[in-house]
Order: sequence, then structure tokens, then C-alpha cells
Amino acid sequence: MKAAVITFPGSNCDRDCLRALEEIPGCEADSVWHADQDLAGYDLIVLPGGFSYGDYLRSGAIARFSPVMAALKREADRGVTILGICNGFQVLLEAGLLPGAMRRNQSLKFVCKPCELVVDRADSRFSSRFQEGQTLQVPVAHGEGNYYCDDETLKRLHGEGQVVFRYADNPNGSVADIAGITNETGNVLGMMPHPERATRARLGSVDGAEIFGAIFDFVSAGGKS
Amino acid sequence: MFVARVQVTIKEEVLDPQGKAVEGALHSLGFEEASGVRIGKFLELTLNTDDRAVAEERLSQMCEKLLANPVIEDYEFELVEAGEAR
Repeated sequence: MKAAVITFPGSNCDRDCLRALEEIPGCEADSVWHADQDLAGYDLIVLPGGFSYGDYLRSGAIARFSPVMAALKREADRGVTILGICNGFQVLLEAGLLPGAMRRNQSLKFVCKPCELVVDRADSRFSSRFQEGQTLQVPVAHGEGNYYCDDETLKRLHGEGQVVFRYADNPNGSVADIAGITNETGNVLGMMPHPERATRARLGSVDGAEIFGAIFDFVSAGGKS
Repeated sequence: MFVARVQVTIKEEVLDPQGKAVEGALHSLGFEEASGVRIGKFLELTLNTDDRAVAEERLSQMCEKLLANPVIEDYEFELVEAGEAR
């Protein structure tokens, strides 16, 4: 598997993502600067967490116009696997690659803690190593992770099986406890929790590694789930 | 040249956690008459054109594309001829 991790000015989880990917035998991971315009040949593209452009205006609002984003959109349309984590999720929302938007956390506080996630769908390329209903330990760290979408969109998300992860104990006020959603075609996932921070026992959980692992399985099997 | 003043607010149907917190603070200060506090953004920019219709059209595009997120935010703007701006 060939993976790319995009670095925007202000990304801060890019190296963690690279490490998480490099620890998978058979996975090669490249760091790609946001000004690059070529993402051809990758099986997985990761938009990491952080504070791209200082979160100015709105989280992800400026990063979504980075030169690399046109290439990302092209790859997404081709069905390439895209994983947006935290700020990466916010960028995907701003770019319109996923539906909805992020608001300030209901508590107005930055939340940084381990979180219990419930696997809503185990048949996605991101969650196939889990069982439906299984709970995972993956930390969150964000101030704007309060997911919002209107009722119609929410109905569609549930109807199409696009809600992959939800919080067992909602830390931010997100509608329907949503922690991670895919697009309609299932190749783009955005999630607020940080799987790259749950890749070793020493970090408190290895559940995040299984998310990268599931993507690896999907790609290794020829990209058909 | 026009000076544009843009106001971006969170849509009415979307909960504004900051507005709610400020409303609570106002009440605890004794301003019980205050309600419906909404927090938004104010942006000011200069547009290098003399055609008001063009300025409005371009500014709408700026709002739709970048200045506001139409999923959760509304925007309003006014255009003032640069010389008249205070």
C-alpha cells in the first residue's frame, strides 16, 4: 500500500500518521506538502489533525483551497481511500467532500481525552476489522468537533449507512453522537478522534492501528471490500 | 472603490454555544431582558471596482465560497463608496 499524508501549514499530527502507517509491514508512506498538486498513485491519502492556517476564519476553511485539494478531489472522485482526522475531517467538510459542518464544542472547552467509540458499521473499508456494536478506545483533542447537519442530511447519513463511528459518551454535542462519517460512495471517511494516537499499548490503546490496518486489508485485497 | 462590511452569523436553527454562554453571563449580571444572543463575525474589505453591481456579485461569491459556511452560517453585507466610508 502506498499512502500519502498531507501537511498543511499548521498540521501537527502528520508525523504521527506517518509513523502509524510505516509500522504496517508492506505500507509505504510519503509526506506531501500542501502546495504539491500531484497525488496520483496513492492508495490512501490522509489529511491529518492540527490547526491548518491557525484555524483562521473557520477550521479548515482556508486549507480547503490549498493547491493539493484539487488533486485530492480528483482522487476522491476516482474512489481512492481518503481519511480525514480531526482538522482533516474539518477540511473535508469545508471542501464539500463530506456533508455537514463543525461548530464549537457545546461546552466551549477544548476536549482532550480518551473516548469510547461505538462501531456503527463494520462493513466499511475503515472498520472491517471490528464487529458492529464493538466499542473502541480512541482519544479526541479538539475545540470544534460539534458536528452539525440538518435533519434531512442526518436521515440520509443513517439511511445510507454513512455513520461509521459514534461516541458512547458524546464529548462535544455532535448531532446523533456522530464521531465519523463516510461519503455516499464510502471511500472518504472523516473522524474527529485520532486513530494515530491509539496505535500502541503504551499509548493506552491499539484500536486506532486497526483502522489503518483495515484500510491496508482493503487495499491489499485489490481495493474491493 | 467600495468598502464592504460583511456580517456572518450562525443560522437561526443552529445552536450557537458561544451565544448561549454569553446570554447566561448577561443574565447572571442582572440583564434579564437580554435573550437570543448570537455571536457572529464582522469583516471589512475594500473592493477595487467602481461598478456596484459587479461588487455585489463578486462579494456574494466571496461569502458563498469562503467568508461564510452556508451549511451553518448566514451572511449580510453593505457596500459603501470608499470616500464615504467612516
